[in-house]
Amino acid sequence: MIEFREALTFDKNSPTLVMKDLYKSYQLGTVELRVLRDINLTITSGEYVAIMGPSGSGKSTLLNLIGCLDRPTGGDYLLGGHSVGTLDDDQLSMIRGACVGFVFQSFKLIAQLNILENIEIPMYYQGYSEQASAARAIELAEMVGLGDRTRHRPSELSGGQQQRVAIARALANDPLIILADEPTGNLDSASGTDILKILDRLHSEGKTLIVVTHDEHIATRAQRVIRLLDGRIVQVQVNER
Amino acid sequence: MVGFRIKRIIKLGIKSLWMHRLRSTLTALGIIFGVSSVIAMLAIGEGASRDAQEKIAQLGSRNIIIRTMQPPEDKAATGQQQILKEYGLTYNDAERFQNGIPDVQVIVPNRRLSQQALYRNRRASIEVIGTVPWYPEISSVRTKFGRFLSTTDMRYKRGVCVVDERVVKEMFAFDDPLGQDVKIGADYYRVVGVAAEQVKSKASAADKDKDATGSKKAAGGNVGGIYIPLTTVKDRFGEMTLQASSATGMSLERVQLQEIIVQVQDIDQVLPTRQSVETLISRFHKKNDYEIVVPLELMRQARDFQRIFTIVLGSIAAISLLVGGIGIMNIMMATVSERTQEIGIRRALGAKKRDIVIQFLSETLLLTLSGGVLGIILGSLIPWAVSHFSEMRTVITSGSLALAFGISTAVGIVFGLYPACRAANMDPIDSLRHE
Ligand SMILES: Nc1ncnc2c1ncn2[C@@H]1O[C@H](COP(=O)(O)OP(=O)(O)O)[C@@H](O)[C@H]1O
Ligand SMILES: [Mg+2]
Repeated sequence: MIEFREALTFDKNSPTLVMKDLYKSYQLGTVELRVLRDINLTITSGEYVAIMGPSGSGKSTLLNLIGCLDRPTGGDYLLGGHSVGTLDDDQLSMIRGACVGFVFQSFKLIAQLNILENIEIPMYYQGYSEQASAARAIELAEMVGLGDRTRHRPSELSGGQQQRVAIARALANDPLIILADEPTGNLDSASGTDILKILDRLHSEGKTLIVVTHDEHIATRAQRVIRLLDGRIVQVQVNER
Repeated sequence: MVGFRIKRIIKLGIKSLWMHRLRSTLTALGIIFGVSSVIAMLAIGEGASRDAQEKIAQLGSRNIIIRTMQPPEDKAATGQQQILKEYGLTYNDAERFQNGIPDVQVIVPNRRLSQQALYRNRRASIEVIGTVPWYPEISSVRTKFGRFLSTTDMRYKRGVCVVDERVVKEMFAFDDPLGQDVKIGADYYRVVGVAAEQVKSKASAADKDKDATGSKKAAGGNVGGIYIPLTTVKDRFGEMTLQASSATGMSLERVQLQEIIVQVQDIDQVLPTRQSVETLISRFHKKNDYEIVVPLELMRQARDFQRIFTIVLGSIAAISLLVGGIGIMNIMMATVSERTQEIGIRRALGAKKRDIVIQFLSETLLLTLSGGVLGIILGSLIPWAVSHFSEMRTVITSGSLALAFGISTAVGIVFGLYPACRAANMDPIDSLRHE
């Protein structure tokens, strides 16, 4: 088994991920539906990238590909020098668990588990001991300002708080890339701002952030904005600081 | 590391089942009833079988019993009734068996008759068994106190008797029966010994008691047996008995012996000897006034019957387990589709397919195993209640417990694997999107 953690050694100068002529299509009956095409993209470690575009343009699909939830139909996708197209399901699961942190628009917390247990899920699959994962989960909950709510169920929390739990969960295995799909889409602007502040902080700590958003306001915080239209990258905009 | 992992898997599984406790309970009920019916049915079957086996074994597996029967034509003839009916086994028959069949080791001729016995002011219906000193050799009757009948008793036709334990209980109460005189018919007999049927196990001891009370009501109202030398019986009671019958009033019967018990040395000689006995006796008894009982054959028949019985009961129980298993599969399928999003989330956060299979399979297994344990408890209580409230004997074998537990585990794996694999093979993105 390949140790992906090591393959993705953190290096500021070498690209974290490289996509070359990548495309993704879905087979709908006899019709082949190309959702992404001619994707050429390089993202280096520690970068903060926003992906924008109208609904249906393929943003989520691209993010899922980056996060190894899905495999490209064609083209190359190199993550830390490994071709994702050739990895098997178990290896993809390992990458997701160890190197990727997902944040979703609708939080995707497990309703029956309390906050602590939700944060512990990624660590469970990495073989953390019960004590170690509990200790780290408490630490993470405190980090996102929910140290006093660890025994609550997600439904007892506000949307903003739930999303903070989701971010804590995404950070559990200290991933190399954090992927967020419209993280503020379900939140009021105050909670949204909280989330954005946390993301900014993560960026300043050196995390690679890729955020899908509709919100131009968020986009201005990113170093680079990639605009999609009908599955193509139509514009790459670099924000100067 | 592995044990530690298993502990967490079990913990998570229990937690998840606890969250849906009503559903889990209802699901487990199928297994509980399946397992308990397997155990209960096998216990009842096994009890019945051991009962039969022991009763037959008490007759002696190396014995061949030839019994006097009232010939069929005598029973049928209603018009011209004979005043004196003469039939049955004779002393000559016994002699012929002794001399004519080489494998015969022991031969016991018995004369049995119902009588009233009187001791002090206590009266009881008993069965007189006119027998020989070596009767204990071929039966399970053993002398408990005093002695059994002797050859001297036989030769001098002494008025002595050995009383059955049950008779002692009924007639002597707190007196020591040894040396007392009991009046049977017109004469007195001195008690020289107390005999009891040898009992093999505790369970059959309880059984024997029930038998005793059972037969007290059934077989002519006899309390028990009193053994008297055959020669004495022949001398004092004669061979005639007055029979009362509803159809014809009174009739006189003459029967020499009620039974002859023949014992061979080796089990293998039983069936050939039975053949010889049959040929020999049929030559002298044209009237068909006898029957031959071979305990060994009965034992084999009982065993064959038992096998069929077990198969039938087992199949019924297996079907109920199958139904329970299908119920579990159905619920697990529902659980999987209800928890589709959870599966998607876990997959996105690094769960391998294997992890998902393990999660759902362990839930199913926990469900069936706890169902199995409860089923074993319930299944052990049912036979206990059956034995307690009826006279039926039940035996729970460790084999049946192991079988039930094994089956419930197998049901868990077989019916849990498909839903678990289905859960694992769902596309992570699709399941994430599922609400
Ligand atoms: N599993 C699928 N099968 C078929 N079409 C899909 C599937 N998933 C996404 N699509 C299509 O791909 C396109 C892009 O979807 P998505 O990446 O979710 O867009 P966005 O996130 O930018 O709104 C949409 O037209 C959608 O209908
Ligand atoms: Mg989307």
